[in-house]
Amino acid sequence: MNLMEARILEELRTIVDTRGLISAPEELHTYECDGLTNFRVMPRAVLLPNSTEQVQAIVRICHRERIPFVARGSGTGLSGGALPVENGIVISFARMNRILEVDFPNARVVVEPGVINLDVTGRVSPQEYFYAPDPSSQSICSIGGNVAENSGGAHCLKYGFTTTHVLGLEVVLPDGSLVHLGGKTLDVPGYDLAGVFVGSEGTLGVATKIILRIVKRPECIRTMLAAFPSTNEAGAAVSDIIAAGMLPAAIEMMDNLAIQAAEAAVHANYPSCGGLLLVELDGPVAEVEALMIDVNEICRSNGALEIRVAQSDAERALVWKGRKAAFAAMGRISPNYIVQDGVIPRTALPRVMSEIERLSGEAGLRVANVFHAGDGNLHPLVLYDRRIAGQEEAAEALSSHILELCIAAGGSITGEHGVGEDKKKMMSKMFAEPDLATMQRVRCAFDPLQLSNPTKVFPTPRLCGEKPGEYVPYPAESAGIAERY
Amino acid sequence: MDAATKSEASGLHSSLRYKFIALVGNEYVHAATAADSAAGTQPKLVIEPGTQSELAEVLRLSNEAGLAVIPRGGGTKLGWGNSPARADIILSTARLTEIIEHAWADLTVSVEAGCTIQKLQETLAQHGQRLALDPLWPEKATVGGVLSTNDSGALRLRFGALRDLIIGATIALPDGTLASSGGKVVKNVAGYDLPKLVTGSLGTLGVITRAVFRLHSLPRNMRSFSVPAADAEETQRIVRAVQDSKLAHTFLQSHFSDDTSPVSNILFEGTDAGLAAQEAQLRNLSAPASVAEASTSTWTAREELWTFSDPASTAIAKISILPANMARTIDFVERIANARQLRWRALMYATGIGWLRLEGKAGSLRDALDVLRSELQSREGSLVVLHRPDKMLAFDAWGTAGDAITLMKAVKKQLDSKNTLNPGRFVGDI
Repeated sequence: MNLMEARILEELRTIVDTRGLISAPEELHTYECDGLTNFRVMPRAVLLPNSTEQVQAIVRICHRERIPFVARGSGTGLSGGALPVENGIVISFARMNRILEVDFPNARVVVEPGVINLDVTGRVSPQEYFYAPDPSSQSICSIGGNVAENSGGAHCLKYGFTTTHVLGLEVVLPDGSLVHLGGKTLDVPGYDLAGVFVGSEGTLGVATKIILRIVKRPECIRTMLAAFPSTNEAGAAVSDIIAAGMLPAAIEMMDNLAIQAAEAAVHANYPSCGGLLLVELDGPVAEVEALMIDVNEICRSNGALEIRVAQSDAERALVWKGRKAAFAAMGRISPNYIVQDGVIPRTALPRVMSEIERLSGEAGLRVANVFHAGDGNLHPLVLYDRRIAGQEEAAEALSSHILELCIAAGGSITGEHGVGEDKKKMMSKMFAEPDLATMQRVRCAFDPLQLSNPTKVFPTPRLCGEKPGEYVPYPAESAGIAERY
Repeated sequence: MDAATKSEASGLHSSLRYKFIALVGNEYVHAATAADSAAGTQPKLVIEPGTQSELAEVLRLSNEAGLAVIPRGGGTKLGWGNSPARADIILSTARLTEIIEHAWADLTVSVEAGCTIQKLQETLAQHGQRLALDPLWPEKATVGGVLSTNDSGALRLRFGALRDLIIGATIALPDGTLASSGGKVVKNVAGYDLPKLVTGSLGTLGVITRAVFRLHSLPRNMRSFSVPAADAEETQRIVRAVQDSKLAHTFLQSHFSDDTSPVSNILFEGTDAGLAAQEAQLRNLSAPASVAEASTSTWTAREELWTFSDPASTAIAKISILPANMARTIDFVERIANARQLRWRALMYATGIGWLRLEGKAGSLRDALDVLRSELQSREGSLVVLHRPDKMLAFDAWGTAGDAITLMKAVKKQLDSKNTLNPGRFVGDI
């Protein structure tokens, strides 16, 4: 470590005290990756501030010294969003985990970014409210991380995403200044910069306080499992449910391989079948019961082999435990796997599924499928064995092919995990150059020096101040039609 | 006098005028008339491009020539915001009316910005679907105009605002870039959420040329009810009880005025069984207040607020407050209106967004709006003036954007560095 670095470290230490600075190489290993473990970078230091002022002081030094920084919540992200940047520091929010304010009359909660997602619901559930976004990692992931990634979850079909539930943010910009985006009331005058910030994957600054909306618990929740011979019949049932005008709280689908894995891991007592649907309806009892009859009928007419309705909260919890454990459960049936997060228009499901099957056969690799079927968010899990030469590369290639299928079907490369480090190369396949250049211009307004998580999201970083995308002349001009006049 | 001669008279260089004509055709370049004035400022030319690329090119040429551009859809809300500092070109989306794709089985629609809300809804209804939004004047208001002004009504309580319904957009930037972001799937976190950035930006960042929305089904059945109350305090109690209940209502709005006692309307959508059960619960919650079936005219309550006889003595403001501050706010409005001999009417949604009409002398209106804005801002709220008498055009429409204004200006500079689009119309002189 050179002298300048020692000086900077000392200055950082005075901000956060000794407990808030990690710089010993053996301790830094914990922070070299997030939930996407195949990318690893050692940070120069990890800072654990415990106040907005400390975050500002840290970022000001980074700005002065041109040190890139990456914010980190619980490190559960699946796209490498919290992966450190070469020669950069990590700002961990582990110590900023206070719920600052709970306001039931206005259904608002104010939290620090390190608060765990499920703890928000835990805090407001005695009054029968909940915080709606529920990523599968909700018992450990942080609200700050959810904000960065615009996390979804199984219930976003009805309730929306993190961005739907974030009303305002206190943000430390990459020059260390503090701004307030949005607020406790709706439609604060000005641009919806809170809407831009949520889902920007840490590239626009660091949130230090978050104003959330909470939702009253529905009168009842009914969860149904329907077993089908294959995902095709299950998919047809989903289309019919939607076409009938229903908006279930969640519709999840698992294929045979995913069911096997979930069974092996948590014994969810799922029926063995080719395609399993999990349908959850919520709302007033009379409404839900009327609609459950319709859902039952739709499933039967699409060839359901078996239909079960969870009879108690415990049964419902078990049904969800199996679904939420599905990724981790792959470890039971395969040494290694890649999780993907592509989205397709729901109607493209049968076509894309059979293509995935064909590609999987060609590559000689198994693919397990777990979907948020209601909104077309696929989570294909490509299974492989790193010890077998060439399999990892083949799995990565297959994984990319699947995302290309999603793009070709008019979908997206990511529904909730984010682009991060993992999928930035795919961005130019989904967006044209002018689209990406426009996003980069917005970034330049927030972070002209590109210090905040600088290497993520975009395939080719563009320096601010560089001339944006080439102008393409209107065809009439090139064709010389303009000369006629 | 043809468009070319007229615009020359008004100081627009003729070679540029020819470029516009070459691009969009002679019949789509008109000299602007008094009816085209934007919040008191008179533009020179009205241009109606026929495609999104043509629109981007008109914008680029205007930007290059240093002209100020006022984007326009149906023109229903052209008076919203501050008067433009400059206005040369009205860039109209009147010819961009195509519904590009209604993917009904996927519950999405891709539509050009100039399509009216009514035409869009009629098309969606053929498959039993809707854009779950009730903006003002749907027969004239366009997709682009509604997005730019972020206009939402009572349905917002259940379905969210435009920011929650828009899933993709294409915008034309002053340098001629046509940029798309988002997509046509509901769930998508790839790249920045620029559809949200342009929603509510009053056309100051780019011109929206196309939008993609998520859709909802039309309800199977619906019923609405009215609950009267003695005063704002009792109204607040009823609204709070409903909001804190497990009813799945679609909207909840309360009417207040200087000459009637408050009434709240609540709408339920769903199955017959569900509606009957919810009606019974509503009666329990509201007691001792009575509950009566309401007519469908409650739907157009906001448009009624906008129906006034004398524009020179009327102000209309959109206010946003914490929902629990409703009674306090209404009492405050009543006090300041009485003290200044102003007539007043308000429509408050349970979301905390409300619409206020004040009528009286311009001087008193200005004073009342000033006092009310300070009061609301001190309680984390806001007041945006949407209509004021011509005499009051200099009165700032927006109020404060807080400490984010510098950042907003930086965003504006990145996308519209020459201040071409709607200059001076938005918050903080943007």
